[in-house]
Amino acid sequence: MSVDTIKFALHLADNNLIMSQRLSEWTGHGPALEQDIALTNIALDMLGQSRNFFQYAAQLINEGRLLKEFAPGTNYPLDEDDLAYHRLEHQINSHLLVELPNGDWAQTILKIYFFSQYQQLMYEQLLQGNDAHLAAVAEKSLKEVKYHVKWSRDWVLRLGDGTEESHERMMKALNVLWPFTGELFEETTWNTQVFQHQIVREKWLQLVSSTLDEATLALPVLPTFQTGGLRGVHTEHLGYILAEMQYLQRVYPGNDW
Amino acid sequence: MLDRVFIQRYGDYGDRDVASGEMQESTVNNPHEWPLWEVFIRSKQGLDHKHAGSLHAADAQMAIENARDVYTRRMEGISIWVVESKHIHASNPDEADSFYEPSNDKIYRHPTFYDLPDAVKYM
Repeated sequence: MSVDTIKFALHLADNNLIMSQRLSEWTGHGPALEQDIALTNIALDMLGQSRNFFQYAAQLINEGRLLKEFAPGTNYPLDEDDLAYHRLEHQINSHLLVELPNGDWAQTILKIYFFSQYQQLMYEQLLQGNDAHLAAVAEKSLKEVKYHVKWSRDWVLRLGDGTEESHERMMKALNVLWPFTGELFEETTWNTQVFQHQIVREKWLQLVSSTLDEATLALPVLPTFQTGGLRGVHTEHLGYILAEMQYLQRVYPGNDW
Repeated sequence: MLDRVFIQRYGDYGDRDVASGEMQESTVNNPHEWPLWEVFIRSKQGLDHKHAGSLHAADAQMAIENARDVYTRRMEGISIWVVESKHIHASNPDEADSFYEPSNDKIYRHPTFYDLPDAVKYM
């Protein structure tokens, strides 16, 4: 049970960390100064959430003396940085959606909308769960996530129901991202205890469908979805993200500024 | 689309140029430029909304969200007003003399002009 909790906490941390790292690529490149700041704020929120989950996972790993299993090559006491900077691709259990390239603005905001809407519903489930620590982090994070949903949803409506070009770009983004949304609700050995995927999935589909409908975007019909992240099987993109993100800590271990 | 638009310098109010008679008109091909908005933020319950600055946004909703992201990152506010800059009418700086100077020599408008009788207390 405790091992499952660690895996789940790491998964939540990984999702936020990779999402944050990806979004931070926009820093200084946003379409307008104000949107640049908005996106950077969101990336920072996600980094903060990631830290909270990593800290909890590190605490449980230290208490259970489970270092070999989760972060081989590191030493006790393990901390959040070890987990972020010293785990390899196959040890990272983030969803495939978060590591996908940003693409254009349309693809970026649609990805944030899909992910944040999922996060909101999932965190709401954690509030009722039996892990008090996860519930506390979820409660704190929800305030941020609700704004991420609102912000990105507004953009989906604005672009989907905007000009011919913006609509076309949103359709393109939808077709790129949709195959990766099914994985958000994938059940595996270590995440079924924590929240009810079926409930989250139904609510998510309902909310997203109504948003896409309002944005005049047609929902793609797919026979199946891409999966693999929960087993540590990733797209070709994650390796590049880790290479950039972990480089400094791997070349100068423990370096600080 | 080729539009005739007025060049608006960052931080300018909409009709200042018009008021001072220096209307700038130009033909530019820029349908992507978002209008300018003025942001007012109330820092605490009971205080006035104060001008915090300006920003660009496509509509009022986006202006409020942008204001939240740009001007309230450090807990500066609990309430935000936005108004499109073009709706603000400003006094003309060139008329400052006739507008403000006449009040300088009317010292009787200030309470310090009047001697208070000793009998009046608690003023």
